[in-house]
Amino acid sequence: MDTAGSFLPIIAALPFLGALFPGLMIQAGRNTCAAFTAAPTILALVLLLLCAPAVLHGEVLQFQLPWLPKLGLNVNFMLDGLGLLFAGLILGIGLLIILYARFYLSREDPMGQFYTYLLLFQGAMVGIVLSDNILLLLVFWELTSLSSFLLIGYWKHLPEGRQGARMALVVTGTGGLAMIAGMLILGNIVGSYDLSVILTQKDIIQADPMYLPALLLILVGCFTKSAQFPFHFWLPHAMAAPTPVSAYLHSATMVKAGLFLMARMWPVLAGTPEWFYIVATTGLITMLIGAKIALFKDDLKALLAFSTVSHLGLITMLLGFGTKMAAVAAVFHIINHATFKAALFMTAGIVDHETHTRDIKRLGGLRHLMPITFVIVTFAALSMAGIPLLNGFLSKEMMLEEASHTIWQGNHWIVPVLATLGALFSVAYSFRYIVHVFWGPQRDDYPSKPHDPGFGMWAAPAFLVVLVVAIGLAPFLAEPLVRASAGAVIGGTLPEFHLKIWHGITPALFMSGAAVLGGAILLALHAPLMRLWLATPRPEAKTMFDAITRAATRASRAFTSGVHNGALTRNGATFTVTVLAAGWLAWSSGETLSASREMLPIAAVPAIGWMLLIVATIGLVAFHRSRFLALVLMGIVGLIVSLGFVYFSAPDLALTQISVEVVTIILLLLALNFIPRTTPVESHPARRMRDALIAVAGGVAVTGLTYAILISDFAFESISAFHLANSYKGGGGTNVVNVILVDFRGFDTYGEIIVLGIAALVIFALTDTVLKGRGGRWLANWDKRKYREAGDRHPLMMVVATRVMMPIALMVGAFIFLRGHNEPGGGFIAGLIVAIAFLMQYMASGFAWAEARQRVTYHATIGVGVLVASVTGLGAWLAGKPFLTSAYGYITLPPIEKFEWATAMAFDTGVFLTVVGAVMLALNSLSSMARRTGETVNIFPMDINPARADADGTDEGNA
Amino acid sequence: MEMLLASAIGALSAAGIYLMLRLRSFPVIIGISLLSYAVNLFLFATGRLAVNAPPVLRDGVETYTDPLPQALVLTAIVISFGMTAVIVIMALGSYLSSRSDTVNITRDTPAEQEGDA
Repeated sequence: MDTAGSFLPIIAALPFLGALFPGLMIQAGRNTCAAFTAAPTILALVLLLLCAPAVLHGEVLQFQLPWLPKLGLNVNFMLDGLGLLFAGLILGIGLLIILYARFYLSREDPMGQFYTYLLLFQGAMVGIVLSDNILLLLVFWELTSLSSFLLIGYWKHLPEGRQGARMALVVTGTGGLAMIAGMLILGNIVGSYDLSVILTQKDIIQADPMYLPALLLILVGCFTKSAQFPFHFWLPHAMAAPTPVSAYLHSATMVKAGLFLMARMWPVLAGTPEWFYIVATTGLITMLIGAKIALFKDDLKALLAFSTVSHLGLITMLLGFGTKMAAVAAVFHIINHATFKAALFMTAGIVDHETHTRDIKRLGGLRHLMPITFVIVTFAALSMAGIPLLNGFLSKEMMLEEASHTIWQGNHWIVPVLATLGALFSVAYSFRYIVHVFWGPQRDDYPSKPHDPGFGMWAAPAFLVVLVVAIGLAPFLAEPLVRASAGAVIGGTLPEFHLKIWHGITPALFMSGAAVLGGAILLALHAPLMRLWLATPRPEAKTMFDAITRAATRASRAFTSGVHNGALTRNGATFTVTVLAAGWLAWSSGETLSASREMLPIAAVPAIGWMLLIVATIGLVAFHRSRFLALVLMGIVGLIVSLGFVYFSAPDLALTQISVEVVTIILLLLALNFIPRTTPVESHPARRMRDALIAVAGGVAVTGLTYAILISDFAFESISAFHLANSYKGGGGTNVVNVILVDFRGFDTYGEIIVLGIAALVIFALTDTVLKGRGGRWLANWDKRKYREAGDRHPLMMVVATRVMMPIALMVGAFIFLRGHNEPGGGFIAGLIVAIAFLMQYMASGFAWAEARQRVTYHATIGVGVLVASVTGLGAWLAGKPFLTSAYGYITLPPIEKFEWATAMAFDTGVFLTVVGAVMLALNSLSSMARRTGETVNIFPMDINPARADADGTDEGNA
Repeated sequence: MEMLLASAIGALSAAGIYLMLRLRSFPVIIGISLLSYAVNLFLFATGRLAVNAPPVLRDGVETYTDPLPQALVLTAIVISFGMTAVIVIMALGSYLSSRSDTVNITRDTPAEQEGDA
């Protein structure tokens, strides 16, 4: 990889990095902001120019960096002549636009945003033209659609801006999807996604039966982006954007992306009849339609928009011809069009800015009022018309020359005649811009008194017009660039050619002359023609587009609200049925392994447990309306599940399940304090029947699936053997489950405790919100007597028992925690046990009483837990190991026996703290609701205080 | 024994689905809890069943049950608790704020956002 090649990713990255600055720098003023936008562009341009000499000598610079090599997605950049031309246009015109926009945007427009969007867009465009990997190219392609959406819709307050942006996004986004499919097919044919490989495989690609589908899909992408018929309608609507955006997107960048891709793919896709008839015909139709409509548009920007459509059609047609000389002409016209069209858009912006209107009917006679603008417009528009000594003439002559010997379906006349007609319209609308805006009598009813703008605003178009004239007078100046980029398009030897003004008396010259003459006549007849145009009905793209999108929206809304209308029950039913259907499909189309395992014999005790579980489950369904009963039954289910874990050799799971069970039931009991105790009968029997059917189907399916898994061995070798073999050797523990949790899959556990902590914080936040709102006020007026059921709130026996239990429970927790690495136990279980020990105090003496004696907040406990786990994980970095790699060793403490230390234990401490904090925070949040109802803080630990002189057992103990 | 476990998981799922489709928050919570049991047991069962072979290494013992699903299910149990706690508070909050514990809030006006938005 050469040094120049390593510039390429920097060039592509600079605009993206630069996009960070304008938003910040706008604080320092508009000039600073513009300067900080220009800086990365200038830097990228300088780097590009440093690469230019090598590229102009025919070298291809490359940069390669594997990203996802298995997918074929690599950050590969290359710079050849075509890339140089486009990158130069994008960055060069981008710079001029930055300058122009500085003076165009008014004080009310958020300039920082504008420049950020502009740089994002610029980066995406540069990425497209530098990509050597088509998948990478697609990424940038989609980025241009998104960033152009932001740019077109920049004036968010204008409905046209929003609609135009949406239309552009829909059309180019749809094309982008087609393009992805086409590119994937192409990559599949070749077996590589690298452009430099694909471009050498012309024969394989064109012989492949998938050539036509790939071609069509890619062309849909190109045509939508480059506004080719019948997708051309989005471009004029995108004119609602500020003029700098229009000038940038529609002269040099966005719409040229489609052309770029057609040029890029030209060596492998072009040359077939399919290519010729699709591309050349589309280009020809687009050129004609665009030019014709442009003539009848009164809005200056609409005129330019349709003329852009027309010129894009011209270039597409040239690429479609498939001959080498036509490709040269196409490349040359890309340069010329970018220069004069960017200048014209900018002048349209100037006219709009100074006179406050873009309506040609309200303009005219500006030549003395705005002489500088007039000169710029004259040169640029004459170049667009194709008048000699300007650059537009040169490429238009080449186009007509190519058209003059193109045969369409055996017809020698049709292409040359239609091409001349297109050129004729082009002359007419170009002249119209000059004549109807600047000539004629001076008026006195301009919306604003027009005069030339300041230098900053006309500098950019003036510079471009200088280029227009320079290339027109001395075409050899542009020749090296044209040669380099045309060489890259053709991918072989260039035909013999020289860019020059005089080609002798050729058919093209006559066609050109006819076009100029005809155009002038057409303009003279403009008024009657315009009346005719207005009188004839014509299809309005926007109404059709709106009708289609509206129909699509209605259809999808009908479907969506049919399957999920926001009702939880309907969502649940839809989801269950869908999963069942998918499962059924898999079951009926796939194959299952035959029974290969020996079944365990059914023992008596587990069978009893099974019966209990089934009875409890059925009871739950039958009696779920009585909510306390449902809780008791759920407790039975949880208990049997825990016992099941014990029986099937999962002691850790059993310990976890049973402690979670306790906490869950307490939580639900607390909640039941506030919600109704019974569930009313609401749903219709038919509905219950339907739900029962779904439920039974689900149950049968799950049974079948589980059984199918259980009767056969693993289809592939399991990775469990590794964990068993390395648990002691690598992790230093004999309890494999715990070692997996804290070591092998420590990262999973790390994520889980964070989730648990977040869940607890969510609960806290929800409770807080409820208490501050209507719910809190309701709670404050809670009628306690109605709900009080226990006469003795803090019974003596319970208080004493829990006090005695507390240290024992804590010690059990510590024991479970310490043995966790080698015996069933560990941080999760220990955390739950300790949380239960605390909970007992809460239940015995009341939340407030226990809370008053608690020194550490639960939020902090969660935070410290996660922090401890993180620090332990990071510690491995100090030893040069990956995150969370554990270390261990043994020490002998004299009174106790040999004792193991492991960093995993520190990690487990983090788990422990998080679990304690999360459980306690959740329950504490519930208790804060109880306190809101006016539950008082009892001063004494129990209702009857033995130490008190006047102990009489009345309620006053809770004062 | 496999059939017993499979049918138990099936029964828990069926009851879970049925209760999840009820109209009040409490049965929905119970239903989701039952589904959590079923899913945890199912995941556990993918390691196949073994009796008297806990995955705690002992000298001279060669056969152990699969430890991996157990480790996954252990965290799943704790996370299910976190989830249950969140939905309990959500149910409680919605009941206290709206004094109704129905789970379906009817949408009065469908969001009409046609044309320009």
